[in-house]
Amino acid sequence: MNVSKSYMILLFDSTSATLLAEKVLKKEGIPIKIIPVPRHISSDCGVCIRVSPQDREKIEELLADVVDRAEICVL
Amino acid sequence: MSVIYMDNAATSWPKPAETMAAINHYNDMIGGSPGRSGHRLSVDAGRCVIDAREALAELFGISNPLRIVFTGNATEALNIAIFGFLAAGDHVITSGMEHNSVMRPLRALEQQGVDVTVIPCSPRGEIDPGDVEKAIGAATRAIYLTHASNVTGTIMPIADVGAIAREKGIMFCVDAAQSAGAVPLDVEDMKIDFLAFTGHKSLFGPQGTGGFYVADGFAKNIRPIMMGGTGSRSESEEHPDFLPDKFEPGTVNGIGIAGLGAGVRFILDRGVDHIRNHEMGLTDMLILGLGEIPGVVVHGGRDARRQTTAVSFSIETVSPAAIALILDEEYQIMSRPGLQCAPAAHRTIGTFPVGTVRLSPGYFTSEDDIGRALSAIAAIAGRIVRL
Repeated sequence: MNVSKSYMILLFDSTSATLLAEKVLKKEGIPIKIIPVPRHISSDCGVCIRVSPQDREKIEELLADVVDRAEICVL
Repeated sequence: MSVIYMDNAATSWPKPAETMAAINHYNDMIGGSPGRSGHRLSVDAGRCVIDAREALAELFGISNPLRIVFTGNATEALNIAIFGFLAAGDHVITSGMEHNSVMRPLRALEQQGVDVTVIPCSPRGEIDPGDVEKAIGAATRAIYLTHASNVTGTIMPIADVGAIAREKGIMFCVDAAQSAGAVPLDVEDMKIDFLAFTGHKSLFGPQGTGGFYVADGFAKNIRPIMMGGTGSRSESEEHPDFLPDKFEPGTVNGIGIAGLGAGVRFILDRGVDHIRNHEMGLTDMLILGLGEIPGVVVHGGRDARRQTTAVSFSIETVSPAAIALILDEEYQIMSRPGLQCAPAAHRTIGTFPVGTVRLSPGYFTSEDDIGRALSAIAAIAGRIVRL
């Protein structure tokens, strides 16, 4: 995965939504990684998706109809 | 002589090799808690569950897989649709062909002030959608209807009733325990708001799996009947209101759902129409064959095109339990005698309280199996006639 200095985190309501988003993004060949939610972002015990900020536009477009809510944090 | 399994309306057997392979793979290679931790075995378990949601969504014509909720069985799903939705003063409509998974919750709520109308069905088990429309009043909030009777196999006019419910803006809840996987189902075409399914019958999953689909407009109006940990929003002591977590507290049956997902893929690979055609051929052979045996009465519509594989019959003067025992002990044929948990349906078809013997072949039943069953029943009936 080509993650340079900064990366982006996609946070979803549930693990189900996270793993559905993972499938959609993988299908489109977008490099992603499932990681536990970093403690300084949320105290949620679940997982989130780490992506590269350069894919942001495409990701937002792909997920618009798939999940109700997604938060994006650029780190 | 090998066993002939004709109790698929109770639970399908055998399961496809794919179902068992998925269960073994989950056990050997995955095994984590789905949706609970971030390690790879937990994430892989979660992936199995989302794969199953996607397969079910594809099968039922649902665009968003997150609208599929997993439960332990269809009964639990129906209890959520009933106890989670109704309150005193509400009026609901159901049919005279329902299973106790619908009737018992509704009768319990009747004691608490819910007004229940049971639409009578014909002695063949058929409902007239016009009767449903006429029963709708100002307080009507929902229609609970089976897609197919577990006693006679009768397939109900779901799309017609769905159109009526949609027009009136009331919730249409379908019990697809007998039909999902065996009969074409599309929640959009049939205007179904709540679809309860079981995993272990015609979806070829293991026992202990089931669930439901709920439409966007109704999900927010249904209360969860259980709350707890969901792996999401753990900082909050309030239960989440989004799907599927709202109705999935506690660890889901990951290993079972992995098997269910494989079972549904097995169906999608072959097509519901292919399975339906095969089963219709077997049902036709069974109905026609039973009809030719002197002393045997076949119940229901007696038309394979309008029913599932469930075929109920009686032999005059012999109790269903005695017939089922002889079929098992002397002929290695598995059947289901009695009322099949559906006293209302037996009242409708005139077989209450004695019940019937139900034979329900499945996708893995052969024509040879049907032939052997018919010979056995002819022999039993012949014995009685001679007496």
